[in-house]
Amino acid sequence: MTAFALRGLLGRKLRTALTAIAIVLGVATVSGTYVLTDSINNAFHSIFYETRAGSDAVISGKAAFDVSSDTGATAPSLDETLLTRVRALPEVADAEGQVNGQAHLIGKDGKAIVYGGAPNLGFSIANGASRFNPLQLVSGRWPKADEVVVDKSTASKEHLQVGQVVGVQAQGPVRQLRVSGTVKFGSVSTIGGATLAGFDLPTAQQLFDKPGKLDEIALAAAQGVSDPKLISAVHSVLPADAQVRTATAQSHEDAKDTDSFISFLQKFLLGFGGVALFVGSFVIANSLSITIAQRTREFATLRTLGASRNQVLRSVMLEALVMGTLASIVGLFAGLALAKGLFSLFDAVGFTLPNNGLTLETRTIVVALVVGIVVTLLASLRPALRATRVPPIAAVREGATLPESRWAPYRLPAALVLTGIGFAALLAGLFVPDLSTGQILLLMLGGALLVFFGIALLSVRLIGPLAWSLGWPATKLGAAAGALARDNSRRNPQRTASTASALMIGLALVTLVSILAAGIVSSFRGSVKEIWRNADYAITAQNNFDPIPIAASDAVKKTPGVTEVSDVRAGEALAYGSKIGITAVNPSAAHVFNLDWTEGSSAVLASLGDDGAFVDKDYAKSHHLTVGSPVPVTFADGSQELFNVKGIFDPPTGGSPFGRVTMSTDVFDRHNPQPENLYSFVVMHGGQTEANEAALDKTLKSFPNAKAATRQKFIDNQISGLSSILNILYVLLALSVVVSLFGIVNTLVLTVFERTREIGMLRAIGMTRRQVRRMIRHESVITALIGAFIGIALGIVLATLLIARVDFIVLSIPFGQLIVFAVAAVFVGIIAAIFPARRASRLNVLEALQYE
Amino acid sequence: MSETMTTPAPADGAGAEPVVAARDPTRRYGEGDTAVDALRGVSLDVRKGELTAVMGPSGSGKSTLMHILAGLDRPTSGEVTIAGTGLSKLNDNDLTKLRRKHIGFVFQFFNLLPMLNAEENVVLPLSIAGEKPDKAWVDELLEQVGLTQRRSHRPSELSGGQQQRVAIGRALVNKPTIIFADEPTGNLDSKTSGEILELLDRSVHELDQTIVMVTHEARAAAFADRVLFLDDGLIVREATNISAHDIVAAMEELGAT
Repeated sequence: MTAFALRGLLGRKLRTALTAIAIVLGVATVSGTYVLTDSINNAFHSIFYETRAGSDAVISGKAAFDVSSDTGATAPSLDETLLTRVRALPEVADAEGQVNGQAHLIGKDGKAIVYGGAPNLGFSIANGASRFNPLQLVSGRWPKADEVVVDKSTASKEHLQVGQVVGVQAQGPVRQLRVSGTVKFGSVSTIGGATLAGFDLPTAQQLFDKPGKLDEIALAAAQGVSDPKLISAVHSVLPADAQVRTATAQSHEDAKDTDSFISFLQKFLLGFGGVALFVGSFVIANSLSITIAQRTREFATLRTLGASRNQVLRSVMLEALVMGTLASIVGLFAGLALAKGLFSLFDAVGFTLPNNGLTLETRTIVVALVVGIVVTLLASLRPALRATRVPPIAAVREGATLPESRWAPYRLPAALVLTGIGFAALLAGLFVPDLSTGQILLLMLGGALLVFFGIALLSVRLIGPLAWSLGWPATKLGAAAGALARDNSRRNPQRTASTASALMIGLALVTLVSILAAGIVSSFRGSVKEIWRNADYAITAQNNFDPIPIAASDAVKKTPGVTEVSDVRAGEALAYGSKIGITAVNPSAAHVFNLDWTEGSSAVLASLGDDGAFVDKDYAKSHHLTVGSPVPVTFADGSQELFNVKGIFDPPTGGSPFGRVTMSTDVFDRHNPQPENLYSFVVMHGGQTEANEAALDKTLKSFPNAKAATRQKFIDNQISGLSSILNILYVLLALSVVVSLFGIVNTLVLTVFERTREIGMLRAIGMTRRQVRRMIRHESVITALIGAFIGIALGIVLATLLIARVDFIVLSIPFGQLIVFAVAAVFVGIIAAIFPARRASRLNVLEALQYE
Repeated sequence: MSETMTTPAPADGAGAEPVVAARDPTRRYGEGDTAVDALRGVSLDVRKGELTAVMGPSGSGKSTLMHILAGLDRPTSGEVTIAGTGLSKLNDNDLTKLRRKHIGFVFQFFNLLPMLNAEENVVLPLSIAGEKPDKAWVDELLEQVGLTQRRSHRPSELSGGQQQRVAIGRALVNKPTIIFADEPTGNLDSKTSGEILELLDRSVHELDQTIVMVTHEARAAAFADRVLFLDDGLIVREATNISAHDIVAAMEELGAT
C-alpha cells in the first residue's frame, strides 16, 4: 500500500508540484526570516564581540536607569583622572580611555553622509597598535591631531582619498580634518550603512565636547589575575556614577538594543511567513480536495479490492507527508535565496543591514521542516477523510462523485458560528480593558484565524451571486466564451470558494494595512496642521529623525527675519517607577504650538520655569494629576526634580510630539550633559517666502546634518519614512498573494484535466483555441475578483474595528488604492490562467473526446 | 473480525452449502410517491464452481442485484450470505475484511490503477491485505491470463482486452470464494469479448472458481452454467446450459433486445 501511494505521486507529477509550491513558498518565508535575522544577529555580534576582544573588563558611566541608545538620554561621562587611578592598580596590565558618539562625515555636497537609518559612529583611537583597538588599517596610518580615519566602504563610496581633507561634525561646528587612513572592522564584510570615523583622543574630546572626560575605559588584566579579581580591584577606585563589567558582559550590554530590534524584526517577518503558510494551507486543502474528487473511482476500486478506510486514509496522508517533506526541504533552501533578496529589499528602501554571510542554524532547519510538514498534514486531513468516505460501489458507477461530507448540513451554521466566535475574540482583544499583551495577541490572532476560516466557509454561499455579478463584464467582453466562463465559475461553488479564499486572505491584509496607513497619514497631517498652525519652517536632521545640535538652532535664532524659534528636546526619565519619554520646550513654544488645553492655557508653554511641567490627558488621568499636582522625575544622571503640573492638554488624533512629561529646556539641559534638539520650529517675518528659505539655508550651511523644511515639506518627510515601511509590508504580503496565485493555477489545471471531454466537445462543435483560452482566462479572473471582493470587504471591516479602538488614527478609506488592488487581482487572474489556458487550448480534439 | 469469517464455508464437494445465498432481498430507492423498487425480493443460491449469468433488460434490477450480492449496496429488506456470513450485520471494517478474503471483482471499465504495471495491478489485493504474493502462483496466473510477456506494461500501454485480462488476474489472485463480473465484455469488441469469456469459463472449470456475471449479451450468458432472467426486480426465469439462440428468444419474450 505504501509503495502505491508514492507511485501515485509520481504518476501525478505536475499536480503534485503545483500543490507543493504553496508549501515551498510558505516554508521559504519562515526559513528566509530565520536566515536573515540570524545573519544580521551574527554580523552584529561579531561587531560587538570583536570590539571588546582585546579587553578583559570595561568601565562605563552609570545612568540612574537603563537608557535606550537612541532617545537622547545618555549615561554620564567618566573623569579622565579615573584612568590614571585604574592604571595604577597592580591587577591592571593596561588601560585605555575612549570617547565616542555620533560623528557625521560631510560629503562633497556639503550635506552629512547618512545611509538610511544607520548610525554614524565616531570614536577615539588612543593608540593604533594597542590591544584594545578592534580595527585594522587598510591604507594610510592611524590618526594624529586634526586627522581622521574612515571605514573603507564609506571612503570608496564617497571617493575619499588618504591625505584629503574632510568635514566632520559631532557636537560643535564642522571641523576640517585630514584623512590619515582607511580602516576595516575585523572579519565583518559589511557593517550595513554605518559610517566609522576614528580620531586621536584629544581631537575626539574636542569634537564631542567632552574635555577631560571619557565615555569608557577598557582594561586588560595583569598576568594571572582572574576577571572577578580584576572587577573587585577596580570597584575599589570606582566613583558612584561609574560601573565596571567584564568584556563579555559589556558586549551583551552593547548588543541589547540591536538584539531587541532583531527579535522584533524576526517576529514581524515570521508573522508574514505565517500568513503565507496559512494561505498555502488553503491552497493545499483545495488542490487535494479536487485531486481526490477526481480519483473517486480509484479509491472505490481499492475499497472493492479489500482496502479499508484506514488504508485509504493512510495512503492519502502518506502522499501528503512525502509531498510536505519534499516541499519543506525545497522551501528551506529557497529561504536562503529569499534572505538574500530581503537583504537587497531592505537595502533598496535605504535600510542597509550588516552582513557577514548567510547563517543557517539547526533551529532554522528544524522549524522550517516541522512547520511545513505539519501544515501540509493538517491541510490534507479533511480531503483525506473525504477520500475514506468513498463507497466501494463508486467503482461501478460512471461519473461517480465524492459523497457529501457527513457535516455538509452543518456547514452554514458552523461557518456562522466560527465567524461569530472569531469576531467576538477580535472585539474582546480590542475592547476588553486590562488584558495583558499576550492575551490581546492571542485573542486577535485566534480571532483573525477563525474569521478567515469562517468567511472562507461562508463564501460558498456568496459564489452564486458574486460570480453572476462580477462575471457580467466577462459575458460582454468574452461573448460565448465569457458566458461559459461565468457558468463554469458557478458550477462547483465549493471549489471556486476555496480557490478565491486563498486570495481573499492576502487582499484582506493588504486592505487592512493600506487603510491603517491612510488613517495614520491623514491623522498625522491633521494633527501637524493643528499643532504647528503658527510655524513657518521646521529644522530637522537630514534623515528627519536624528537629533540635531543645539548650536544649529542657536544660529537660526540669529538669522535675519526669524522672530521665534521653538526647540523640542526629547529624552528619557523615571517617573512613578517606570521609564517614560520626556520632552522639553523653550518659551518660544507659546508662539508656535496650538494645543487643546483641558487645564491651563498656551501661556503655560512660556512660563514653565524651573519646576513647571505639562502632561497629556491620559497620563494625568492614570496618575490622578491636576494643575498643581507634584510630579517627581528622576533623570539619567540620578538626580530627582519635583515638577508642578501647570497644564494638561488633549493630544490630537494623530498624536503629539510631546512625551509624558514636558518641561523647560533649562531644566532638561541641567540633567543631560549633551542635550540636542529633536526638531525646531521657526516663525519668520513674511511667513514662507523664498528669501526666508534662502536665509535659513545659508545659516544651516555650517550644520550639514540639519535642514530647513516648510511645514508641508516637514509633514511629507515624516510620512516618507512610513511609506518605506509600507512598501516592505506590501512586498511581504505580496508573497501570500503569489501563493494564492499558484492556488488558482492549480485549480484551473485540475479543472481543465477534469473537463477534458467537455472541452473536446466544445472544440468539436466549433470553439476556436482562442475561445477556449478566453473561457479559462475569464473563469480565472472571475475567481480572482471574487477573492478580491470578499478580501477587500473583510479588510475594510477589520480596519474599521481596529481604528475604532486605536484613538490616534482616524478612519479614512483610500478608495484609489482599493481600486488598484482590485485591478491587481484581475492581473493575478490573467497571469494564473496563462498556463492552464494554454494546456486547454492544445488538447487534441479527438483524444479529448475519447478520454475516459 | 468474527470467527465465522476466518473459517471459510465448507467447500468440499458439490451440493454443499451455497457460497452466496440471497433470501428475499429488496431494494427501494427514494421515498413516498417517487419511490422506485429496483429489486422486489429475489432468492437464489450460488454453488461453488458454477458460472452464473444474470440477464435482463435495462432497468430490470440486474446491476442492483449484483451490488447487493457483492455487499456494495445494502438491501432494504432481506439478507445476503457470503461464505456463511450474513452481510447485514457487518460494519464497514468487517465488510472490508470479507471482501479481502472472499470477493473478487471484474469491472466493465477495468478499473486498473494507471501508475502500476500489469503484474503490480494483479497482486494489488494481496498487497492491500499485507500478504506476500507467492511467486510461482503469480507466474502461473499471468500465464493463465496470457500476460507473461506484458507483465511490466502499464495499463496505458495495453489494449482493452489485455487490460481486462489484468483485471481478471487481479480477481483471481487471492483465490476468492466468489468473483463478481459486471458487464465484463461491455467495453470490448466481439473477438476480444470471446477471449475474455473463454478466460472466465476456464477460471470456473479449470481453476474451480465461482463467478456471478451480469451481462446483457446473449453470447456472454451462453457461456454460463446457469442463467437467471430478471425483469422488474424479480427472477422471471432460470435456465441451465442454455444456447445463445434460446437466450435471445427468452429476452425477446421479456420485451427487450
